[in-house]
Amino acid sequence: MFSPFISQATSVRAIMFKVMLALLPAIAVYVWYYGPAILVSITLASITALITEAAMLKLRGRPIAPFLRDNSALLTAWLLALSIPPLAPWWLVVVGTMFAISVAKHLYGGLGSNPFNPAMIGYAVLIISFPLQMTHWLTPHGLGQLELSVMQQLQYIFSGQLPGGATLDAVTMATPLDTLKTQLHLGRMPEEVLGMPIYGHLGGIGSEMVALAYLLGGAYLLANRIITWHLPAAFLASLFVTAGIFHLADPAHYVSPVFHWFSGAAMLAAFFILTDPVTSPTTLRGKFIFAAGAGFLTYIIRVFGGFPDGVAFATLLMNICVPLIDTYTQPRVFGQKDEK
Amino acid sequence: MTTLHTFHGGVHPPQHKQESSESAIAQAPLPSRLVLPLQQHIGAQAKPLVRAGDQVLKGQMLARAEGMVSAAIHAPTSGTVVAVDLHAVPHPSGLPELCITLAPDGEERWVEHAPLDYRALPRDQLLTRLRDAGIVGLGGATFPTHVKLNIGETAGIHTLVLNGAECEPWITTDDRLMRERAAEIVQGIEVMRHLLNPAATLVGIEDNKPQAIAAMQQACANTGIEVIAVPTLYPTGGEKQLIKILTGKEVPSGGRPLNIGIVCSNVATAYSVHRLVNHGEPMISRLVTVTGNVKTPRNYEVLIGTPIAELEKLAGVLPGSDGYILGGPMMGLYVSNSELPVVKSSNCIIVKSRALFPPLPPALPCIRCTRCAAVCPAELQPQDLYWFARARDFGKAQKFHLFDCIECGACSYVCPSNIPLVQYYRFAKSEILAIERDKEAANLARERHEFHQLRLERDKQEKAEKLAQKEKAALAAKAAAPAPAQAATTEAKANDSAQQLPAQQLPAQQLIEAAIARAKEQAATARAKNTEALTPQQQADIAEIEARRAKVREMSHPDADSPKE
Repeated sequence: MFSPFISQATSVRAIMFKVMLALLPAIAVYVWYYGPAILVSITLASITALITEAAMLKLRGRPIAPFLRDNSALLTAWLLALSIPPLAPWWLVVVGTMFAISVAKHLYGGLGSNPFNPAMIGYAVLIISFPLQMTHWLTPHGLGQLELSVMQQLQYIFSGQLPGGATLDAVTMATPLDTLKTQLHLGRMPEEVLGMPIYGHLGGIGSEMVALAYLLGGAYLLANRIITWHLPAAFLASLFVTAGIFHLADPAHYVSPVFHWFSGAAMLAAFFILTDPVTSPTTLRGKFIFAAGAGFLTYIIRVFGGFPDGVAFATLLMNICVPLIDTYTQPRVFGQKDEK
Repeated sequence: MTTLHTFHGGVHPPQHKQESSESAIAQAPLPSRLVLPLQQHIGAQAKPLVRAGDQVLKGQMLARAEGMVSAAIHAPTSGTVVAVDLHAVPHPSGLPELCITLAPDGEERWVEHAPLDYRALPRDQLLTRLRDAGIVGLGGATFPTHVKLNIGETAGIHTLVLNGAECEPWITTDDRLMRERAAEIVQGIEVMRHLLNPAATLVGIEDNKPQAIAAMQQACANTGIEVIAVPTLYPTGGEKQLIKILTGKEVPSGGRPLNIGIVCSNVATAYSVHRLVNHGEPMISRLVTVTGNVKTPRNYEVLIGTPIAELEKLAGVLPGSDGYILGGPMMGLYVSNSELPVVKSSNCIIVKSRALFPPLPPALPCIRCTRCAAVCPAELQPQDLYWFARARDFGKAQKFHLFDCIECGACSYVCPSNIPLVQYYRFAKSEILAIERDKEAANLARERHEFHQLRLERDKQEKAEKLAQKEKAALAAKAAAPAPAQAATTEAKANDSAQQLPAQQLPAQQLIEAAIARAKEQAATARAKNTEALTPQQQADIAEIEARRAKVREMSHPDADSPKE
């Protein structure tokens, strides 16, 4: 038995739990705008994550109970489920979660040892392997030609059948961010595109509210000191500045930075993805560099790349740089002269 | 008014000071036995001056300071030395150490002692008195005070910092001492000021001790000593942290306060200095907080060497106790043996129970959350040091300033994975020190070996030279011999061959004698070489070694009159 003999009552389990708690507002908004499909995919992802986690722990010869209780696999599952279209065949989220937990997490050494954000790896695998399924997002409440009931959503998820031979296009659409890119490519003006009925005040109808809910959850995490302000602030600032420069230089082709804040997974990334401590730098300066880089890359990928959003690849690219960033941003220690 | 500065990080563990801070200091009764380890300070172990069976007086020196950094040990009461042997001591290694065990006679007969007029004493004599009084820093590190204060008047000490922060939870000895004996502490501080002559003297006390602050402020009125309340934040009582708060200066990485013109000492140490100069008393007792799972937690004035068992009896142990924490809960040492003695560093005994100190959950992997880095007062990256220690990548650990870690435990305290971080750092530090010791030993061995080879080579060369000289002499003789007459040539030839091949012609007896003579001669010259041109120090060393040998011989043959060569 060794000192210190006392400990503050925080635990990995409690931290992960609070992060999941902070996701609840966004999930509620999701259900409001898109129906309960998201709950199904979160449940599927959670069950898959726990089973995969237990199986991997067993294979690795690690104690199963303490690690299953740490909530980290569940959080990965939730983040992945929130990143992919809710109305998708059941196996999509299952495959993504299995890959995230088994390969991205456990093959690298499990909790604390994975260099890449597991949820983003899961997303990347899915978007590369199943691009079609990954781009069909439910049309928000009140905008579609056809609205599915709870049972109809469930039926599609598990059997792939839509009622009355309807096509998937009747109930889904591309994301507002994706739509904007496509329309701008077709030569339309930003104001014209953003005048479409799917757009609201900040971003897309529904998705802008989800983004606001993430912001609310992020505020809760900040208030509870689960995360610090450095990563979200640097990411959002960098995204804003990058988008702002393009917007100011050529407003005919580039929309306002506010749209970029409230579209796609920007808010999710700022408060829930980049803030994964395992895959982000440990030094203060490193955190700024990491998050600013991710903000910049997110913009570049989402505007000039071929994917509907840039958050996942921006995060993964910056994840690669973390050891390097940490090495070169070591702070001075107590009593060390400032000059080197 | 001094402007306060801050240090990075820190934590607010539950204080638990009220339990023991509201009762006056009580005198612990004379125990039935006292165990005095010879190593109660940083530096060389004290050298025992007594043997089992000796009668000793209270305050009599039992072991003297040995070497530059060391401190004497004294009899806390009068009585009989029962043993000088190995006994369990409060040390993380759990290994027994050399201790003097004393059976008190209950008479408390003092050795002759008198106050000092320290202002009249020459500096070095005052320092010697401090050393011979066994006074060491009571802040925890037990660094000999005479060494700390012996820095010469020209060293340019501008600030003397007195540490009354007492930031560890549960401990209240300094609090009570300052409340009850502020005037005496100040008299001790005056001695330190006399020796150091600092421009400023600052007493830092955490603001959770308002009564101590008030008492010290009153005692320091018109002395030029400034008493400063500092915010309660663990580890404010860390020397480097307190200096930063009070002066804004940082002790250099790997350095000591001395490097920036500051000396830092504990208020309890100042009190001990007062006991010496005003009463002539050496360090034979100290205050100990006895708290935790006991009926009446409070502070006791305890004779050094008192077993824990005697103190827990006084405080009344409650059911559910399972061992003791010596020191505070952040940096203390867990022990289960109640026979361990109170030593000069023992500021607190917390009787432990599972209710007060529930076992920590098993450790999970590090998730790099950097809560540890956020609270580290040394501004280290504990999560990286942990990885390096785990991977036994000691070079990296040192590069990341492992040795600037003060082992305050703030990192472990906040770790959500409950990783015993400090244990990893202690492990890495001791491994590095062991490796360095090994390296030194290997270097020494290599040097010895090389020197040995060199000597062999030299001897060989000398022999060869001697041989060559002999041959030369022989040749010279040969050259001289043929000159007298032609007739002698034959004889000379015979002589010649006799010199060239002596072994074949000289009788064996003669050869052996010659060899013996040569060997004797060689031995004589060799000895002469080694003992030539000795420095006085070497001569003194030799004399001491001879004396020690004589003593050993005497001990092994007590009835022999005088040792024979």
